[in-house]
Amino acid sequence: MTDAPLLDVQNLRVAYATRAGEVPVIPGLSLRLDAGEAFGLVGESGCGKSTVALSIVRYLGRAGRITGGRLLFEGRDLATLDAASLRAIRGRRIAMVYQDPMASLNPVMTVGRQLMEGPMIHAGASVSTARARALAMLQEVKLADPEAVMERYPHQLSGGQQQRIVIAMALIAGPALLIMDEPTTGLDVTVEAAVLDLVRELRSRHRSAILFISHNLGSVVRVCDRVGVMYRGELVEEGSVRQIFTNPRHPYTRGLLDCLPTLGRDKRQAPLVPIAGQVEPARVRPPGCGFAARCAHVETGRCTTGPIPAVEVHGEPGHRVACVRADELARWTRRSGAAAVPAAGGAREPVIAIHHLTKVYESGRRLRLGASRASVRAVVDVDLAAARGQTLAIVGESGCGKSTLAKVLSGFEVATAGGVTVDGVEVGALPVDARSPALKRKLQMVFQNPDSTLNPSHTVGYAIGRALRRLQDRAPGDLAAGVARLLEVVKLPPGTAARRPRHLSGGEKQRAAIARALAGDPDVIVADEPVSSLDVSVQAVIINLLNEIQAARGATLIFISHDLAVVRYLADTVAVMYLGTVAEVGSVERVFAAPYHPYTEALLSAVPVPNPDHAVARILLEGSVPRADEVPRGCPFATRCPRRLGAVCDDTPPPVQQLAADHRIACHIPGEELRRLQTALVEPSVARR
Amino acid sequence: MARFFAKHLLFLLFTLLVVSFLVFTLNEFSPGAVARKILGAYATQEQVDVLTKQMGLDRPVLVRYVEYLGGLASGDLGYSARFKLPVREVIFKHLANTVLLAAIAFACIVPLSTLLGVVAGMRESSRVDRVILMFSTVVASIPEFALGVFLASVFVVWLGWLPGTATLVAGGGWSVAAQLVLPVTVVVLFDSGYVVSMIRASMVEVMQRPYIRTAVLKGLPFRAVILRHALRNAMLTPITVIMLQINYLVAGVVVVETVFAYPGFGRMILEAALFKDIALIEAGALVAVFLAVLTNILGDIAYVLLDPRIRA
Repeated sequence: MTDAPLLDVQNLRVAYATRAGEVPVIPGLSLRLDAGEAFGLVGESGCGKSTVALSIVRYLGRAGRITGGRLLFEGRDLATLDAASLRAIRGRRIAMVYQDPMASLNPVMTVGRQLMEGPMIHAGASVSTARARALAMLQEVKLADPEAVMERYPHQLSGGQQQRIVIAMALIAGPALLIMDEPTTGLDVTVEAAVLDLVRELRSRHRSAILFISHNLGSVVRVCDRVGVMYRGELVEEGSVRQIFTNPRHPYTRGLLDCLPTLGRDKRQAPLVPIAGQVEPARVRPPGCGFAARCAHVETGRCTTGPIPAVEVHGEPGHRVACVRADELARWTRRSGAAAVPAAGGAREPVIAIHHLTKVYESGRRLRLGASRASVRAVVDVDLAAARGQTLAIVGESGCGKSTLAKVLSGFEVATAGGVTVDGVEVGALPVDARSPALKRKLQMVFQNPDSTLNPSHTVGYAIGRALRRLQDRAPGDLAAGVARLLEVVKLPPGTAARRPRHLSGGEKQRAAIARALAGDPDVIVADEPVSSLDVSVQAVIINLLNEIQAARGATLIFISHDLAVVRYLADTVAVMYLGTVAEVGSVERVFAAPYHPYTEALLSAVPVPNPDHAVARILLEGSVPRADEVPRGCPFATRCPRRLGAVCDDTPPPVQQLAADHRIACHIPGEELRRLQTALVEPSVARR
Repeated sequence: MARFFAKHLLFLLFTLLVVSFLVFTLNEFSPGAVARKILGAYATQEQVDVLTKQMGLDRPVLVRYVEYLGGLASGDLGYSARFKLPVREVIFKHLANTVLLAAIAFACIVPLSTLLGVVAGMRESSRVDRVILMFSTVVASIPEFALGVFLASVFVVWLGWLPGTATLVAGGGWSVAAQLVLPVTVVVLFDSGYVVSMIRASMVEVMQRPYIRTAVLKGLPFRAVILRHALRNAMLTPITVIMLQINYLVAGVVVVETVFAYPGFGRMILEAALFKDIALIEAGALVAVFLAVLTNILGDIAYVLLDPRIRA
């Protein structure tokens, strides 16, 4: 073995051709990756993380071009390699795993054939050898019944299974370098945890080096040895996971860590600290530090005149930071919550109450002639309430019924049984068209994807203005002032009114969507995954905004999310849903502390935490959420529950235990027993560390 | 799959029933008595009355419609006043000619368009792409008769290589094969222009999909990426449109048939309409609709075969 690194990127420069000319997106980046090492690349979207990855495999599209620097891989410069040699390296020595596994797999080809292609082209394997390799690989990524999986098409697999296929496909040739570009983004938290565990395990077995790109700092901690923080195409800080996460020196790294809600923090302690501004376009690059415009510690002159060299942090070998003031900044401290203070409870009258709500979807097709129509019970007998000015969060994996619940609240669907009252008025059976303007005004929605909420052909001002007109009966002449006021509330400049959604960033669009929802001055805002598609820094802005608006207006927020850290931060009351039922509900402090429902416990243990010192005993959930027609008669969670007692769980619906005035769980295991089991489990594992 | 076929077959029969009724009643209720339409303006009222009696036209419409259906079921399509032959024979003769033209043309259009469309779309805005795009736009935008007249003036009048008419009668020193060249070429060029641009657009879109990136970064040679991963996906959208071309080729090439005096199905219907040959119009319309629905079904089947996501 020589000391030469596996991958040595030297002063890489990449530019994209645009209508405005060639724009340098990577102005000169260097990084080294040793054999078998896992290197994490983090930063907001638009920082050039994916560009770096695609430069390494030379897949920049027609617009992108490597304009300088060297990409040494196993001693050869990838930047100048000819097509044939490149092909021999791709898939064999360097393999890639992508975000959105569904889109990365060929929809009209069986999974098996796609897997077998690799060995057949690179090793010239026969069909039977390739098949054997593929089967072995499927076993390694822990897919049950590999023979059957081989014959499936991608759409017949779940997201987690698809990503396992993509990982198997990447590792099948035993590559020296595995590039993973946001491999768990878009997956459920439990699936994400399982995939990350798999990556760790495979890594130790295959000894592939990993370049792990993610915007999720928690998952980077779980997989990587070293981390590089990218901003505007430059590596502003790099070091071991421990160095970066315990002693971040660059203000940008600190910003990323500070804007992250973590399981230990909530809104009553301290607001999240978003990074000011947003990633500036690459077109205008200042002479000095790229981050200067957003930095709280910027010093005109030193920071803004010349290039900033990366220097090693004193006493920390391998920890390099590109900041002239790095040594002057005080040591960073993790903002961890002190002992959580339960909110001053007291029974406040609920603004919105859901009682015994059930929503059943009748499938149009009969399974057999004469059989009853197949039905899917999306929401089953749900009882929840939210008081004025409070935030009720609903969490759970995809398919747990949380979005269906939101649809019934907002009138896109009507309840099959049970009901919903808003201020005492029954609305569960009222479709949105049948609701009075006053009722529509009272209850407004914010959706996950602001792109599909805002009509692309209308200006933001028009969209908000129309909501004002419809919900508040404003005269057309009176609209401009109202629009301006709402834009101010969501902290958008007044000029935004004249712009169309395509000219706004994701965060700005979501703010415009919130402004639109606020037009009616609603009493209840139903927000369905409003921050899930946003960068962490933008997410912090939106969360703070929701908080402020709620405090100022006393509105009730129904916040639907799969992100437990965000929920921990934002919620007053939390309901954990599984397969349409409420597994656990209570004040945020109680839900996030033992005793938990076994499902809550599993969800919490799956959350990636951006702290190398944080260790939890991982609870891996077996299998996936059962199909609607396979739900057990007893507890819906029984098929996957790690604490399943026995037949009683399968056959008898669990009793609802009132553990405290504001805490109830649906489980056969007594609360005291759960508390004993769960505290016993957590303590020793922390001590072992 | 059996269910799928049964459903489509039922739909086909139902459509034919509706169309037969519509055509029958339309002829019935359009101005002028049926017998008058057949005999023309110069026949005496006496002659019209005799024919009306003879054809049983004085009986209620519904009764005659049911009789007509009965005739259809037993293969009796009526008697063509224009060709003085049973309608069945007239239709078979012309349909056979048209099917010959359509089959040759379709056999050229599909591979040619697929090849050009895929080659153009696999590297968007490359030189090859621009050339093919230009070609397809040009041929698709020249009307068929202009293309026909242009080609005829070059190859018939000027060079004298080919005959100017395609009557399918081997006479005048030209074989039937030589007679077919020009009509086929015109139809193929005109129709390919459209199909090529469809396939190209689909291919361009497919080439930007993440699974193509997966295939390239697997280290597959470009050929394999195109043939194994892109081709089938790129044919998903155009396949139904391609199948619909059969319909156009059989029932819609009246202009080309007229230009080259080709004794085909389209021209037969035109003549039947001009001569008010009602039995022939009715039967012709039924055949045309049958083809239209059939090609639609073929398109659906092809789509299902190509795309596993549709299969239950």
